[in-house]
Amino acid sequence: MTLLHVLAMTDCKKGLVHAHETFGAVDGPGVRYVVFLQGCAMRCKYCHNPETWAENGGEWKAELWAVKELFDKVYRYKNYWGKNLEKGGVTVSGGEPLLQMEFVTEFFKLAKAKGVHTTLDTSGQPFKNDAAYIEKLDELLKYTDLVMLDMKAFDEELHKDLTGCENKNILEFAKHVSASGTAMWIRRVLVPGVTDSEEDLTKTAEFIKTLDTVEKVEVLPYHTLGLFKWKKLNLPYPLDGVRSPSKEEVEKAEKLLGIK
Amino acid sequence: MTDFKAWEGFEGRIWKLEVNVRDFIQKNYTPYDGDSSFLEGPTEATDKLWGRLSELQKEERANGGVLDMETEKVATLTAYGPGYIDESLKDLEKVVGLQTDKPLKRAFMPFGGINMAMKACETNGYTPNPELGKIFTEYCRTHNQAVFDVYTPEMRAARSNKIITGLPDAYGRGRIVGDYRRVALYGIDFLIAEKQKDMVACGESSMRDSVIRAREEVAMQIKALKDMKVMAASYGYDISQPATNAQEAVQWLYFGYLAAIKTQNGAAMSVGRVSTFLDIYIKRDMDAGILTEKDAQELIDHFVMKLRMVKFARTPEYNQLFTGDPVWATLEVGGIGMDGRSMVTKTDYRFLRTLENMGPAPEPNLTILYSSALPENFKKYTSEISIRTSSVQYENDDVMKPIWGDDYSICCCVSATQTGKEMQFFGARANLAKCLLYAINGGVDAKTLKQVGPAYKPITSEYLDYDEVIEKYVAMMEWLAKLYVHTLNAIHYMHDKYYYEAAEMALIDTEVKRSFATGIAGFSHVVDSLSAIKYAKVKVIRDEETGVAKHFEIEGEFPKYGNDDDRADDIAIWLLRTFMEKIKKHHTYRESEPSTSILTITSNVVYGKATADMPNGRKAGEPLSPGANPAYGAEQNGLLASLNSVAKLPYHWALDGISNTQTINPDALGRDEAEQTEKLVQILDGYFDQGAHHVNINVFGKDKLIDAMEHPEKEEYANFTIRVSGYAVKFIDLTKEQQLDVIARTCHDRL
Repeated sequence: MTLLHVLAMTDCKKGLVHAHETFGAVDGPGVRYVVFLQGCAMRCKYCHNPETWAENGGEWKAELWAVKELFDKVYRYKNYWGKNLEKGGVTVSGGEPLLQMEFVTEFFKLAKAKGVHTTLDTSGQPFKNDAAYIEKLDELLKYTDLVMLDMKAFDEELHKDLTGCENKNILEFAKHVSASGTAMWIRRVLVPGVTDSEEDLTKTAEFIKTLDTVEKVEVLPYHTLGLFKWKKLNLPYPLDGVRSPSKEEVEKAEKLLGIK
Repeated sequence: MTDFKAWEGFEGRIWKLEVNVRDFIQKNYTPYDGDSSFLEGPTEATDKLWGRLSELQKEERANGGVLDMETEKVATLTAYGPGYIDESLKDLEKVVGLQTDKPLKRAFMPFGGINMAMKACETNGYTPNPELGKIFTEYCRTHNQAVFDVYTPEMRAARSNKIITGLPDAYGRGRIVGDYRRVALYGIDFLIAEKQKDMVACGESSMRDSVIRAREEVAMQIKALKDMKVMAASYGYDISQPATNAQEAVQWLYFGYLAAIKTQNGAAMSVGRVSTFLDIYIKRDMDAGILTEKDAQELIDHFVMKLRMVKFARTPEYNQLFTGDPVWATLEVGGIGMDGRSMVTKTDYRFLRTLENMGPAPEPNLTILYSSALPENFKKYTSEISIRTSSVQYENDDVMKPIWGDDYSICCCVSATQTGKEMQFFGARANLAKCLLYAINGGVDAKTLKQVGPAYKPITSEYLDYDEVIEKYVAMMEWLAKLYVHTLNAIHYMHDKYYYEAAEMALIDTEVKRSFATGIAGFSHVVDSLSAIKYAKVKVIRDEETGVAKHFEIEGEFPKYGNDDDRADDIAIWLLRTFMEKIKKHHTYRESEPSTSILTITSNVVYGKATADMPNGRKAGEPLSPGANPAYGAEQNGLLASLNSVAKLPYHWALDGISNTQTINPDALGRDEAEQTEKLVQILDGYFDQGAHHVNINVFGKDKLIDAMEHPEKEEYANFTIRVSGYAVKFIDLTKEQQLDVIARTCHDRL
């Protein structure tokens, strides 16, 4: 049993936090305080934060934070979010924040009580289509202004190969968020030769069209800036030698996804 | 009431009864809250002149940093006839006047110290006339000679062991901003008449030494005013009367400033807050249909071009402290008036525009007096200029205005002073990091092994105890503060006596307020060291022979300044307050008002060389972090956490300024320039609304710095300007050590 399991069962007012970034400019609307939670079940080949995988915190130190203290810390940055808090807020990212869903719910409750914009940056992977899970998720979505969903690939096999996980439940998650009326940004990491096939991008675009609450679709060009972390963790890097996409490739993908 | 024809169309009365530029501005200026689309590009004349000047700058660099030096003549207001950027282009110059007879030629200024003046020539390959050396050694005393005559052995030891560094005891002290606008508004004759009235009023009752001195000083001021007229006449201008139009206003104002830089080689020679003032003249001419926007921009471009040409002869030691040939020709734009109206005018935009019309440049040291209440359009434009040029700095008008009013200037890198009403005695920094080591070692310098401080009992325990360290540190700071104030008193006494700033003081009220500004170096290293001692365990490794603490081993984690963690930040606040309280205890020369700053310029590298291992893990010789910046690598929570830590330091405890320098990778700021601009405005609003004082903003990635270091010859880096603590500098002009230091500092970047 991992630390996250223990926490989920015993204390939803404590969360395992990997790191803080007080200035996130590309993590949701405006200036974001980004809380990176620890733990993720996916093993994406291009992950730039592999140190957030371990659900115990691993060798990288993660800290237990009480929800109230964490929010107090975050709220110190309200000055940077515009006079009426209209130009920023808090983003919970990971790792995978849905692994600590109850904690995030408690955290977002505090944020919303102060009028702070809340963004959940997720892969949707922990989603389970059962009533008990959905009840808890709906409680979280009540306090969530924006879900940023990272859709790694549309094709199931490709997805499995890339992340080690299937994506059926992720698509269900997207539909559920849409049905709940919560705003969504869909993001796609573009890896040349891996996630940039015309077919997969087109299918992704078609799927996005079936969703009602998508406000923005973004292409994130693959980069290798996280490579040193794999080395530090003594992990072989599966995408060794793969380059970043060119400007033209990004533009092409954006077109296929219906962005431009 | 005096009334000149030149004042036609100007409102108000009080400023006509007395010298009162602020009243003139308040009664006449027109705030502008529109966007930057009205601005014009460079004219053909500007391109030609700037092109020629760029060539000269290139030659200067190829020549090892100096283009030409005076070796025969002593600099005075009237030592030279007219000089131009290029004789064949002189008709194109809308604003004229050089420090010497040739562009970028450095004058010979011996009054601060003959040794330094001679050495500056010699180390640059010039041989000054030996007669000059003889005159200023045998017949005539200099500031430097006089100061060294009165220094105590203790002062000399503190100086040579570098616990007090950067004392202005061999050159001009600078930091005095004449109200150069007065020349334009009133003309010299009016100003002379006012000074003569002061002279009559001074000394009627008793002839004590302070009165005799005041009379002598006013007499010197009047002479300087008369000489200004002679200087201007050599360029064909009669400045005895007020300026009648915008071109004259800029030219008259510049002549006032030129008088200062012809006679003083102060470390900082600020221009002051001139944009709103000049806008009144420009607008009057435009309304009358005799000036176009293109003309107006050309005027400002040409004025700024002159400010980019200011040069002084310096020695290699000086250049190590203040690298890149800075002169702190600081010039402010923006700010908000006491009545709540924004003081931003179109001319504030025009000054910023010079950075696009003639490319980025370190001088003038363009400073935005910032408030979140400034017009949104102006905030947006300043932010765009920052992103494109990394050449401007920001200071919080909201915290300075309550203290200095709405007509203050920045007299050095970041320090405010009331324009025309105040002067400043400044000098050096107390290295508080070394002071902590002195406390641990009983006054022995760990680098030189000399007994420099008082021989208090050293700490002998294996592990440092917080309470014991604090007790000893406070006692050592008491000693240092006293010695520092005494040393500055001696310096400023002698500077007044042997190198009085007659030209600048002539443009300041005779009843002048005086401030006395000290400085702190090594701030963040002391804070983190004390935090390590308090929250972790710090073991002392002593030299077996001397018993001096040479190294420190830290066991465990401790909070660091720069992470918005009150445990560390409270120590920072305590440190500032404690030092300032100690400074205040002592008599300061001429009843001046004491203050302090946390501001190091590029001298952090030199200070670091003289500082041994610190209990926070910083190794001997490593650069200290600049100004109030957190220590290298201490920031673990991103840019805003770092800003929040610095913002906690109360400005009114460090009225001389709290300098912070941040570098942001453009990608981390946003995906495109529009987004980046908006986010930078949010950062500045959030930071300054918390009461922070200052920030330098650089926007570029580490890659660019590394490439510029390796390929300084590339055309694109010729004017690549970056902000360092308190000023801007061309990156390729920094020493290799300083370049590495800039690169090593946290670049706020994210994956």
